[in-house]
Amino acid sequence: MSFINYSSREINCKIVYYGPGLGGKTTNLQYIYKKTNPESKGKLISLATETERTLFFDFLPLNLGDIRGFKTRFHLYTVPGQVFYDASRKLILKGVDGVVFVADSQVERMEANIESVENLRINLNEQGYNLDKIPYTIQYNKRDLPNIVPVDEMNRSLNPRGVTWYEGVAVEGIGVFDTLKNIAKQVLFELKKGY
Amino acid sequence: MYDEEFKQIDAELNRLHSQSNAKVVFLVDKNGQLITSVGETRDIDTTSLASLTAGNIAATGGMARLLGEREFSILFHEGEKDNIHISVIGHRVILVVIFDQRSSLGLVRLRVKKTAETLTKIFEDLAVKTQKEKAAPEGAPSPFAEISDEDIDKLFG
Repeated sequence: MSFINYSSREINCKIVYYGPGLGGKTTNLQYIYKKTNPESKGKLISLATETERTLFFDFLPLNLGDIRGFKTRFHLYTVPGQVFYDASRKLILKGVDGVVFVADSQVERMEANIESVENLRINLNEQGYNLDKIPYTIQYNKRDLPNIVPVDEMNRSLNPRGVTWYEGVAVEGIGVFDTLKNIAKQVLFELKKGY
Repeated sequence: MYDEEFKQIDAELNRLHSQSNAKVVFLVDKNGQLITSVGETRDIDTTSLASLTAGNIAATGGMARLLGEREFSILFHEGEKDNIHISVIGHRVILVVIFDQRSSLGLVRLRVKKTAETLTKIFEDLAVKTQKEKAAPEGAPSPFAEISDEDIDKLFG
């Protein structure tokens, strides 16, 4: 849940990047970190294994500026994508305001994508959220690779709700900020609705 | 979080800070958002520390549930110079005290216990107040009701 501090006039929102292992969630955060002004970002914290696989989470705080006199901060988190880290994924979804699903477009990863969306739905439910209602954006990543699934087909399997999606090449930054802006907007609109 | 409670919380943390001889005292919500901090915070990245603290509590809470405990309410990490004492207050917020050899674990534990009681009371009152305001929507209008598409677009330049 977004945390609004009326005293220091701040809004803090939590966005979680979800998706199968090696899909590019951490890469999204690394690109955002690289391209953001030093004054509007905090440290990028990565709790990763020696082989740079996310172990617990990555964390990046971003200041987006003021909205009606309130400082708007987004806390971006990634989850560990590998199947056996499910307990950690559940913890990170606590208090989430919006989810970005980073799908791996390669043909051989479609099954992992589908499994991960189902896992997201279940884990959100456990925290009392509904994937069909929560602010949600999808990024079809790795569009530069040769053996990829057409976007139409990906939408059919992964996006029954028909939320906004972007094609991405996270290593080059393609689609990264479009995805972030879209989810941030949805979260702020949700905030507006809730009050 | 309202101004009145915020001041009460701040005062209580200031008291804990001086009575326990701590370097830094801060309060984090369970989702990793920093609520407020007191002490020598200049050289400390409190935002990251808040997020990691919440992650730490969440992970320990997961372990507790696997063992049939509701939560482990106190964590203590000992370093060469600095130590960190983390405790869960009223199941909802996390109180973090960083201290060095000018203080001791015993003193910190004692003072934290007292502060925990006061903070629990403040947060209980706050929960009641929030409930009441939600039930009576004719109160002061929220600034967020007025947010427009343009406001949000402006954030992204």
